[in-house]
Amino acid sequence: MFHADRWLAPLLATLACVTALVLLLILGFLWNEAWPVLTEGGWRRFIDAEGWYPLEGSFGLLPMLWATLAASFGALLLATPIGLASAIFVRFYAPQSIAGLYRNLLSLLAGIPSVVYGLWGLTVLVPIIAHWRPPGASLLAAILILALMILPTIALTSISALSAVPTALLQGAASLGLTRKGMILGVALPTAHEGIVGGIMLAMARALGETMAVLMVAGNVVQTPSSLFDSVRVLTANIALEMAYATGQHRAGLFASGMLLTLLVVLLAWWAAHAAGETRHG
Amino acid sequence: MVNRLTDQLFTAAVWSAAILVLVMFCWLLGDLLLQGGHHLSWSFLLSAPENAGRSGGIAPILVSTLLILAVALAAAIPLGLATAAWLAEYTRDGGRGARAVRMSLDVLAGVPSIVFGLFGNAFFSIFLGLGFSILSGGLTLACMILPIFIRTSEMGLAAVPDEWRRGAAALGMTRAAALWHLLLPAASPAIATGLMLGIGRATAETAALIFTSGYVDRMPESLSDSGRSLAVHIYELSMNVTGGDEAAYASALILIGLIITINAIAQALSERWLTRRIITA
Amino acid sequence: MLRRIFLFILAGLLMLQSQTASATDERLVLTGSSTVAPLALEIGKRFERHHPGVRIDVQSGGSSRGVADTRAGLAGIGMVSRALKPEEDDLTAHTIAMDGIGIILHRDNPVNSLSDEQIKAIYTGRVRNWRKLGGPDRTITVVHKAEGRSTLELFLHHFDLKNRQIKAQVIIGDNQQGIKTVAGNPDAIGYVSIGTAEYESTQGAPIRLLPMDGVAATVANLRNGRFPLSRPLNLVTRDGITSELAKRFIDFARSETIHDLLAAQFFVPPPHVSR
Repeated sequence: MFHADRWLAPLLATLACVTALVLLLILGFLWNEAWPVLTEGGWRRFIDAEGWYPLEGSFGLLPMLWATLAASFGALLLATPIGLASAIFVRFYAPQSIAGLYRNLLSLLAGIPSVVYGLWGLTVLVPIIAHWRPPGASLLAAILILALMILPTIALTSISALSAVPTALLQGAASLGLTRKGMILGVALPTAHEGIVGGIMLAMARALGETMAVLMVAGNVVQTPSSLFDSVRVLTANIALEMAYATGQHRAGLFASGMLLTLLVVLLAWWAAHAAGETRHG
Repeated sequence: MVNRLTDQLFTAAVWSAAILVLVMFCWLLGDLLLQGGHHLSWSFLLSAPENAGRSGGIAPILVSTLLILAVALAAAIPLGLATAAWLAEYTRDGGRGARAVRMSLDVLAGVPSIVFGLFGNAFFSIFLGLGFSILSGGLTLACMILPIFIRTSEMGLAAVPDEWRRGAAALGMTRAAALWHLLLPAASPAIATGLMLGIGRATAETAALIFTSGYVDRMPESLSDSGRSLAVHIYELSMNVTGGDEAAYASALILIGLIITINAIAQALSERWLTRRIITA
Repeated sequence: MLRRIFLFILAGLLMLQSQTASATDERLVLTGSSTVAPLALEIGKRFERHHPGVRIDVQSGGSSRGVADTRAGLAGIGMVSRALKPEEDDLTAHTIAMDGIGIILHRDNPVNSLSDEQIKAIYTGRVRNWRKLGGPDRTITVVHKAEGRSTLELFLHHFDLKNRQIKAQVIIGDNQQGIKTVAGNPDAIGYVSIGTAEYESTQGAPIRLLPMDGVAATVANLRNGRFPLSRPLNLVTRDGITSELAKRFIDFARSETIHDLLAAQFFVPPPHVSR
C-alpha cells in the first residue's frame, strides 16, 4: 500500500537536485570563462581601474554597478506600490468579470518581449524625455520601462498570495467592523506578505537581469549617474553590447561582470530573506 | 468619520493604479497597432518570410516558437513540480537541503538572460553537441523559467491547509496519491500563475535564443534544426534589417495574440483537469 | 473537448513537419556579422532554389564570432563586416558588397554640412552647442557606437581618433537603434550605414545624411567610389580548408545574379567583381 511513497521521496529529491545542478553548471561556466581576467589582478582591478576601456585593459565596473542598482531599485520603487494596488484591485475591488479580464491583461503584459518594450521606449518614451531634457535616453527611461516590465510579475504573484488568504480571516475582520481598507492593510496583506515578498524578489531579479529593453533606452554611456537624466550603462547591456566583438581578456572581463551581477542578486535575495524574516509555512 | 474618508481615498488610489496600468497597456498596444496593423493578413500567418522578413509571412517562425516553447515546458513542468513538491512536502524549513535548493533558485532567477544564452550555447549546443537547434533553445529556456515556476508552485502547495494532508493520511492514502489527487489540484491556481509567468518569460526571451536556437528562418523539420523564435525575429527586423519596422510591429501583434491564446488554454486546462476535482467549502 | 483540440493542433504541427525535404541534404553553415546576415540569408535562399538538396544555415553573433567559428571549423564560411586584420592572415576574405558610413542629423536641424574638423570637435566634446556651428542654441547629443563594432573602428580610423577621446551622450548597438535615436531627438548627431539612412529617410524618418569631404552621402556615390568612408562586407574562409559547396556559394554570392539582393539591403556591389 505504501509502495509508491518509498520511491516518491528519493525521486523528488533527485529532481530537486537536478535544479541545483543547473545552477552549479552555470556558475562553473561563468567561472571558467572569467578565469583569465581574474588571475591577472583579481577582483580589485574591477574597482580600482579608472574606466571601462577594455581594449586597453581597463575594467572599471563601478559606474555600471551603480547604474544597475539605480535602475533596478528605481523600477522596484515605482512598480511595487502600483503592482500591489493592482493586485488589491483584482482581489478586493473589481467585479468578478473585470477581475478575470484584468488578470489576463497582466498575464499578457508579462509576455510581451523585452524587444517590444525597448522599441516602444526608444520610439515613444525617449523622445518625450528628450524634449524635456536631452539626451532622453537616460536612467529615467530605463526606470520607467523596467517598472512597466516587472509590474505584471509583482501584481500576478500578489494576486496569488492574496487569494490564498483564508476567507475565514477576512470574514472575521469584517465582523469586527473593520473597513475594507483596514481589512486589506491589517489582515490580508500581512497574511499574504511572504508570497508578496516572493513576488517582489522575482521582480527584482528580473529587473537586475533585464538586457534588451534597457540597452535600447538607457543611453549606454559608462558613467556613474548623478541625475535621473544622465545616460547610463547597466551591466547586462554592457555584456550584450560588447560580447559579440570581444576576445581574450575583454571577453573574460565581460563574464566576470556577469558573475558580479549574479553574486549581487544572491546577496540581495539573502538580505531580503533575513530582513523580512522567514515565516513558517505548512 | 475619518475612517470613511481614508477608506475612500484608499479606494481611489487602488482604482487609479488599476486604470494607470490599463492606460499604459492601451498606449503600447495602440502604438503597435498603428505601426504594424496594416501589415497583418492571413498570408502573413501562413507563408514564409521573404526579403529578409520585410515581406512574406512568419509561418516557419511561429512553428519554431511553438516547438521551442513545447520543449521548454516539457522539461520545466515535471522538474519544476517535482522540486516544488519536494520543497513543500518533504523538507523542514531550515533544513540544509531546502536551503541549498532555494538558494540555487534565487541565484538562477538573477542570472542575466544573455548569460543564459552563452551558457546554453556552451553547454547544450557545444558540449552536448546539440548545435544551433530548437532543443538547445528549449532546454535553455527551461532553465530560465524554473525559478519562477517553482517558487509560485511551492507557494501554492504551502498554502494548502495541513488538515487536508492529515485527512488524506487518515484515509490511508499514500503520500504520492495525496500529492497527485489532492495537493497539486488544490494548488493549481498558483501553479497556473507560475505557468503563465513562465510561458510569458519564455516567449519574450530574445538574447538567450539568439545563441542557442539561432537565426534560421526556414520551417524546422525536426527538433535538432535551428529555428528562429518570434521574439528573435522581431529583434532582427527592428534592429538589423533596414525597413523592417512594419513587419516587426506586425509580428509583435501576432506574438501578443499567441500569448493570449496560450494563456487562455493554460487557464482552461488548469481549471478542467485540476480544480474541478475539488469542491472547496 | 479541449483534449481533442489539443491533439488536433499537435497533429497539424506534425503534418507540417513531414512536408519538407529529407535529412540527407548537404549543409553549409555561415556565422558572423549581423550586418551581413540578412544579405547572406537571402542569397542563401536563392542558392537553395538553384541547387536543390543543399541547405545554407545562417547564424549571427558578430564579426569576431564569424572569424572564430571559421577558424575552429564550426562554420564553413564566416561573415565579417570589415577588412581582415593582419593577425587574421590564416583566413581569406571574399568581398561581396560595400557599405558606406555617413553622418546623420535630425531633419529639423538647420546645419547643412560639417567639415571633418567640425565632426572631430563635436565627437571629442570640444564643441557642445549647435550655436557654434550655425544652428540653434541647444546642446548637442552625440550618438556613438559601442566598442568593438566595425563601424566604430572605421569611424575612428577615418577621423584619426582614439575611442578614449570620444565624449558621447548616447551609445548604441545596431544601426537601426542609431537611426531611431537621431530621429527622436532634434539635437542629435550620429553615424550609420548610408544605405539604411537613405532608405529610412525616404520612408519618412526625420533624418538627413550629411555630405562628407564635399561628397554627398548617397548609395550612388558609394557605387562610383567617390564617397570616402566605406567598408567591405566579406565572406571569409580558412586557407586550404574550404569545401566545394563553400566555394560554389562564394562564387554565387559574387556574381551579378544577386545584385538585386544587394540593392534590397541597400548595399552596393564591390568595385572589382571579376565574374
